[in-house]
Amino acid sequence: MNHIGSKLLEIKGLVIEGFTDEKWVEIVHGIDLTLNRGEVLGLIGESGAGKSTIGLAAMGYTRQGCRIASGSIVFDGHQLFGAPDHVKRKIRGNRIAYVAQSAAASFNPAHRLIKQYAEAPVQHGLMSYSEAKEKAVDIYSRLLLPDPENIGYRYPHQVSGGQLQRAMVAMAMACRPDIIVFDEPTTALDVTTQIEVLAAIKQITEQFNTAAIYITHDLAIVAQLADRIMVLRYGNLVEENNAREILAHPKEEYTRKLLSVRTLREDKAYNGDKDVALEVSDLSASYSGSGDELVLEDINLKIRRGRTVALVGESGSGKSTLARVITGLLPPLEGTVVFDGRQLPPALKSRKKEDLQQMQMIYQMPDTALNPRQKVRKIIGRPLSFYFGMKGKKQEKRILELLDMIELPAGYIERYPGELSGGEKQRICIARALAANPSLIICDEVTSALDQLVAEEILKLLQRLQNELGVSYLFITHDLNTVKAISDEIVVMLQGRIVEQGVKKEILTPPHHEYTDLLLSSVPEMDPDWLDQLLADRGDFPVASGPAVSTE
Amino acid sequence: MFKLLKQSPISARLGIAIVVMNIFAALFAPLIAPYGETEVVGDVWLPMSRDHLLGTDQLGRDLFTRILYGARNTIAIAFVTTLLSFVVGIIGGFLAATLKGWTDLSLSRIVDVMMAIPILIFALTVLSVVGTSILALILVIALLDSTRVFRLSRAVAMDVEALDFVEAARLRGEKIWWLMRHEILPNAMPPLVAEFGLRFCFVFLFIAALSFLGLGIQPPTADWGSMVRENAGAITFGIFIPLWPAGAIAFLTVGVNLIVDWFLHVASGLKD
Repeated sequence: MNHIGSKLLEIKGLVIEGFTDEKWVEIVHGIDLTLNRGEVLGLIGESGAGKSTIGLAAMGYTRQGCRIASGSIVFDGHQLFGAPDHVKRKIRGNRIAYVAQSAAASFNPAHRLIKQYAEAPVQHGLMSYSEAKEKAVDIYSRLLLPDPENIGYRYPHQVSGGQLQRAMVAMAMACRPDIIVFDEPTTALDVTTQIEVLAAIKQITEQFNTAAIYITHDLAIVAQLADRIMVLRYGNLVEENNAREILAHPKEEYTRKLLSVRTLREDKAYNGDKDVALEVSDLSASYSGSGDELVLEDINLKIRRGRTVALVGESGSGKSTLARVITGLLPPLEGTVVFDGRQLPPALKSRKKEDLQQMQMIYQMPDTALNPRQKVRKIIGRPLSFYFGMKGKKQEKRILELLDMIELPAGYIERYPGELSGGEKQRICIARALAANPSLIICDEVTSALDQLVAEEILKLLQRLQNELGVSYLFITHDLNTVKAISDEIVVMLQGRIVEQGVKKEILTPPHHEYTDLLLSSVPEMDPDWLDQLLADRGDFPVASGPAVSTE
Repeated sequence: MFKLLKQSPISARLGIAIVVMNIFAALFAPLIAPYGETEVVGDVWLPMSRDHLLGTDQLGRDLFTRILYGARNTIAIAFVTTLLSFVVGIIGGFLAATLKGWTDLSLSRIVDVMMAIPILIFALTVLSVVGTSILALILVIALLDSTRVFRLSRAVAMDVEALDFVEAARLRGEKIWWLMRHEILPNAMPPLVAEFGLRFCFVFLFIAALSFLGLGIQPPTADWGSMVRENAGAITFGIFIPLWPAGAIAFLTVGVNLIVDWFLHVASGLKD
């Protein structure tokens, strides 16, 4: 545990405004926040809660289109609100550092890691370039990066996602700041990689007794790191307390909702080999078209009518590629896809309209899955006219029925996707898939871009639709909580192969396959001691055997 | 459409007014013009007077009349040419981006070869072979210009094509024409429209350049570009006659671009 000392940062009555629709609108409504030396404060809430905005404001900074309207931000005796730029510049990067969500997007791809590491300390005149390089090796090894002597000389694309995120933490540490603001540093990572980064962050903030503001939407993660937690919603404080207290005795309804464990369905009886909707046999595929670099190997899979198969694995395990092969976007090298007793032609072009209609897809990012220039009417109406020749009044009636099924008001028919929230967009995607009357829907990470509570609503909706319509789902995800919540059967993939498959209960009860065990144990739990316990159990350092952790 | 017009900013209305004025002049030139298009009515380079509103040109023809008639040729030819180049360029570019593979490779290489040859020399060569009819002029310039449009629309379509909603449409079984027309085109509009405004003006200038070399619009037909060129000598005598057709070109260019700016603003949904 960190040693918590004197008051370091004090924010009072912070009001931040954003510029939308030609006027300034308040987005953070008078937040008070204090941070002591060596303390880790967790900010948690859904998107739009103002977490990141507050985190940046702690540095006296706002994103473009935002401004700090009033309040006071006192850092170690310096008032940052309204301070001239040169004063703030001295503090930023030097005494307060920032770690962004996507390390891949935050590094300059044209420079080696160490050069970017050295930039801040050299700029602030703390040390020379060669001193910075020596220091970097020390920090890299403290962050448990492989080969700390040399890793700095790599370019950002030459290290894995988890390593890059740690390299970014190293950069933030370069000037030995008093405070680091972590803005969702593990959100874009796989569960197994997430552990590495969390462990590294925990270790280094403890070693240097650095205070931190840790921003996330995942309560289980913040539970591992934070001494104190603030729950935010719509720019207001919902609840604030020390971490253990808030987890054990949440006072507010909203916090309790965030804490609630998801259980969405009753187990359905295993209906054996009858009623198979889709069967994939001995399938292999590659992007290069040759057998040397197989992305998928030896895939055998059955999806039963009215059931959900969850396909689990890290990024790079071939989950999405399998979906591409099933839909015909990527013809396989070998193997067959049998749908409803008929063998489907490998390539999309040669498949019949009826086959296409039976199999629909829902995507991860609802923002890019809907054409921003088409109204809901056209988005849902097109499959109706395309597959069934439905037009005019009949089409309109069916669209309204579908909107009703996905629990959106009829008025939404005239809206553009830009006028919908993330969850509503995903509902429209579901309606578009349903419009085709499919018997199988492939769901590719459909909830991972959504906030926890919204995601839950979407899962509930999918569940209800399955019960009513008897549609099967192939549910691709890396989130094991989702898997537990909705699946009948589970297929675990690693490096293009299926390592384990079976009904949910069997997979989730020990003994597990080694890799399934790693995946399952890596899912953060709401217990503040979970990470320490896990690291102790795993002994050394949790290095997954997955492809995402290349150490070459 | 009318509602949209009502909300339009002052700059867009100004642009529309300018363009409408020009089109009006072009359509009704014979009715408005005080003299005939090629009629010699007085001395060379007469100053502005009640009889000759803008003076006379290097052959003693009424300049105001010539500018009205010039609007006909210039606007119509430039507009048709630009439109044609965009149709060809966009279809080619979108086909290359959606079909990829061999289609993309062959179309792109053909365009590369065409772009490697200086455009003026290319046009001169072709026009001296096929002759300098207005139709030939339009086709040749449109084809040459479409290479630029091809490059732009291919690049834009590549970006749009990678988005999930295009894949969703493919999975639905949509044909290539639907993909291009309904999924890609609406999302590629803003940069293409901006380019249209620019290209339109370039075509003007290109026709003027060709006319200067004797392969553009043939005298005595009036067009603004050649009018600038033919009267250019007057400048050395301190007579500002050539500035009138030049001003007309600038005026229309500004008008077109004001409309394009506004359209861009509306189409992209940008709210500064």
